[in-house]
Amino acid sequence: MSKILRAFAMAVAVAGWSFSAPGAMAAETIKVGILHSLSGTMAISETTLKDVMLMLIDEQNKKGGLLGKKLEPVVVDPASNWPLFAEKARELISKQKVAAVFGCWTSVSRKSVLPVFEELNSLLFYPVQYEGEESQRNVFYTGAAPNQQAVPAVDYLMKEEGVKRWVLAGTDYVYPRTTNKILEAYLKSKGVAADDIMINYTPFGHADWQTIVASIKKFGSAGKKTAVVSTINGDANVPFYKELGNQGVKATDIPVVAFSVGEEELAGVDTKPLVGHLAAWNYFMSVDKPINKEFIKKWHAFIKNPKRVTNDPMEAHFIGFNMWIEAVKKAGTTDANAVIDSIVGVSVPNLSGGLSTMMPNHHITKPVLIGEVKADGQFNTVWETPGLVVGDEWSDYLPGSMDLIADWRAPMSCGNFNVKTGKCGGKGKGS
Amino acid sequence: MSLLPRVVLLIGLAVAVLSPARAQADTVDQAFSGLASSSYDKIEKAVETLAASGHPTAEMVLRALEGGNLFVREADKVIVYKTQDGKVLDGRTGAAITGDTADGLKPVRVNNRIRRAVTAALGSLTLLSPRPDARRAAAEAVFKGRDPTALPHLEAALAKEKVAGVRRVMEQARAATLLATDAPEAAKLAAIAVIAGRADLDARALLSSLGKDVPPAVAKAAAAAVAEIDGRLAVWNTAQSVYYGISLGSVLLLAAIGLAITFGVMGVINMAHGEMVMLGAYTTFVVQETIRNAAPGLFDYSLTIAVPLAFLVAAAVGILIERTVIRFLYGRPLETLLATWGLSLVLQQGVRTLFGPTNREVGTPAWMSGAFELGGLTLTYNRLTIIIFAAVVLALLMLITRFTPFGLRMRAVTQNRPMAASMGIRTPWLDSLTFGLGSGIAGIAGVALSQIDNVSPNLGQSYIIDSFMVVVFGGVGNLWGTLVAALTLGVANKLLEPFAGAVLGKIFILVFIILFIQKRPRGLFALKGRAAET
Repeated sequence: MSKILRAFAMAVAVAGWSFSAPGAMAAETIKVGILHSLSGTMAISETTLKDVMLMLIDEQNKKGGLLGKKLEPVVVDPASNWPLFAEKARELISKQKVAAVFGCWTSVSRKSVLPVFEELNSLLFYPVQYEGEESQRNVFYTGAAPNQQAVPAVDYLMKEEGVKRWVLAGTDYVYPRTTNKILEAYLKSKGVAADDIMINYTPFGHADWQTIVASIKKFGSAGKKTAVVSTINGDANVPFYKELGNQGVKATDIPVVAFSVGEEELAGVDTKPLVGHLAAWNYFMSVDKPINKEFIKKWHAFIKNPKRVTNDPMEAHFIGFNMWIEAVKKAGTTDANAVIDSIVGVSVPNLSGGLSTMMPNHHITKPVLIGEVKADGQFNTVWETPGLVVGDEWSDYLPGSMDLIADWRAPMSCGNFNVKTGKCGGKGKGS
Repeated sequence: MSLLPRVVLLIGLAVAVLSPARAQADTVDQAFSGLASSSYDKIEKAVETLAASGHPTAEMVLRALEGGNLFVREADKVIVYKTQDGKVLDGRTGAAITGDTADGLKPVRVNNRIRRAVTAALGSLTLLSPRPDARRAAAEAVFKGRDPTALPHLEAALAKEKVAGVRRVMEQARAATLLATDAPEAAKLAAIAVIAGRADLDARALLSSLGKDVPPAVAKAAAAAVAEIDGRLAVWNTAQSVYYGISLGSVLLLAAIGLAITFGVMGVINMAHGEMVMLGAYTTFVVQETIRNAAPGLFDYSLTIAVPLAFLVAAAVGILIERTVIRFLYGRPLETLLATWGLSLVLQQGVRTLFGPTNREVGTPAWMSGAFELGGLTLTYNRLTIIIFAAVVLALLMLITRFTPFGLRMRAVTQNRPMAASMGIRTPWLDSLTFGLGSGIAGIAGVALSQIDNVSPNLGQSYIIDSFMVVVFGGVGNLWGTLVAALTLGVANKLLEPFAGAVLGKIFILVFIILFIQKRPRGLFALKGRAAET
């Protein structure tokens, strides 16, 4: 019962908060939907993304808007409630008539809005690293696919740290499970024995890590260099690292590489026990490039707080938003079909000093950076891929996925084309 | 830098002078150009050569590298280091660099591999430190590094070492490095025996890393030693699981004990209980922030200061809630549930607006960081403190209910409200105070939880279900029941976890409680008599 109550309570709470501009302006503006949770569990991560979108739209309007019209943000609050994401998406598209939506964080929320975007034929820019195994005509994945984050991180540990034994630790839901499946297959393809891989799942918000850290210590005492690959979600990370520090596991003994720990997450953490542990992203706030410094300056001015950090999903929105602007300019209209056609091949600067391109599979090219946590909560880039990596939607290491490709250009226009059978429509949703 | 290492360096320098000076200079040159490289392989090699070279500035350079104070001047690839008082010195000569040096300095690249190499290198350089704990740490570093070139340093240090504990670690380190050399079989067998004496995970790691390319007798001895260590650890593991269970139980107890009062004694289903815990945690944050800005020296006492304040804040909010909302809803459980649930959302969003949606940093005082070994047990200070703290809170609460006038009245109202009222007890005020007490204790729990969990607006949510579980399982209205229930659930959870995993373990516990409640709806220790009827 409490679930229903909760949904109801949140729906009521949210109804009061979503706002929109006066209808009179509607004719002269292009509306942009922002679908990020401002309350509930995910508010911790998503609120920042709403702010960065407001900043980007503001910037664009200062530059003269788009197609001679001003952009108008429409913010809704799905309140960390997955079904509510779908309702709010529908509201944005049908009622507010937004030209594109920037939003979602968790995979569940993305999956929940997919059918809406497909049915109403609109555009979603999804800025968070995710498990892959998906390519949808109306969605643009500006975060990392597993090959743009997880696989290079494992490569780094193998090469630079000489890691031979692996703990794959994750929170028990779809992203860690799929990523770990891919990593397990990848490690085995590199000759790692099944005995040298330990997989462990914990519930959301797990706070008591004593047993697991002890078992990681034990696993690491087999005389081979051991590392932890962590897909532990957001909040559970802090107690995890604290326990590691308290039990005396140092980064030099058993390094932990995390895929969900960024500057924003570290901002509320005592970073002493974390120093030297690793994270793999496509962007760090510490990237020493003029374009990044300018972005940080603008962000601090906009948010009026010089202490606020920037992070990877913010960069993804920066890239996604600029790609959409370019695609709309190229197409001369905000019509979804026209933009879907024109956006493939669009290149815009990313914040690490290069160009990111939208590929035909609706994923983008990005560099991969491996960083070590510093005492000030920032990352020190210790390694980066020599070039850009193309997001691979269907993993090359999973049976059933390795034969699939996605290409949304005519004439193929398919999200799951099976190269073996030569037919569109493999597994998963893609048509 | 104290005198002794300097003397050691001088001796090192003298040794270096005796050896062919020309070749020495070459390797040092190579080492310094290696440090300026961007390849970790070269930097690691440079660290090793530098440590072995006995170059006079070697230790300073390595210390600077460890602390992130070693830089490459980009113009001419000269290695410089910064001292604590902000001076910039040439790494090669130790001469001060004058003029504008801030520009064009790039830190020498460091990652975990380099850090490991530096620790091991510094280990052999600090074996003769005047401080026993530094010598012990150095010996541990050598034990882990197993660099054969450290062997002469070890021998020299061992000849002088007087402290038995440090001596033992040094002997183990010597044994470990011996195994990495091509020493005779007998020496290696003796070394294995020494290492096996440690009987901990580090020893196990070392022994099982020996691999196949050692003489069969050595391999056999190592395997036997590993098996013996495993056997010993297995026994300790069970004890360790029980300790973890008690630790988890103490956290559950802290979270649930306030609820045991409001729900157990007053019968109010307070869904906002978790938010009282959260308020306590945020109070800790505010206290620490104030201390950081005003009196950093007091930081180690921040938690002690936070405890009474957290109690007052949470109790005040609790009383306010009772006065304004709950007192109108006594006897209507469903409405209370809904109202307090709504309140919990309001409090969460209020804190989110006030402090922002992100986690807030609550530091751990130095005395609560780290762990100590007791036999084969690893006891972390923060968990141990929480166990003791939970016990103290429970004891205090029992004393209050048993021996104070307030406690007496509280029990009287619990047992028979109309009778208590007719004896002149102002039951409405007593309700407020009781609710305040329960909330205040939740606030205290928040101080403890801020040490092991995130301080975020969602903190309370993750404990509310567990708290209700403990109170219902223990029997409503009974503090002893709460204690037994918290410990039972904690230990059962931790004993299950190694076999079933964290997710399944939790499910098993839930299923067990559901079945148990079917059998005994009033929990472990049911109140008997009239109190049970109301």
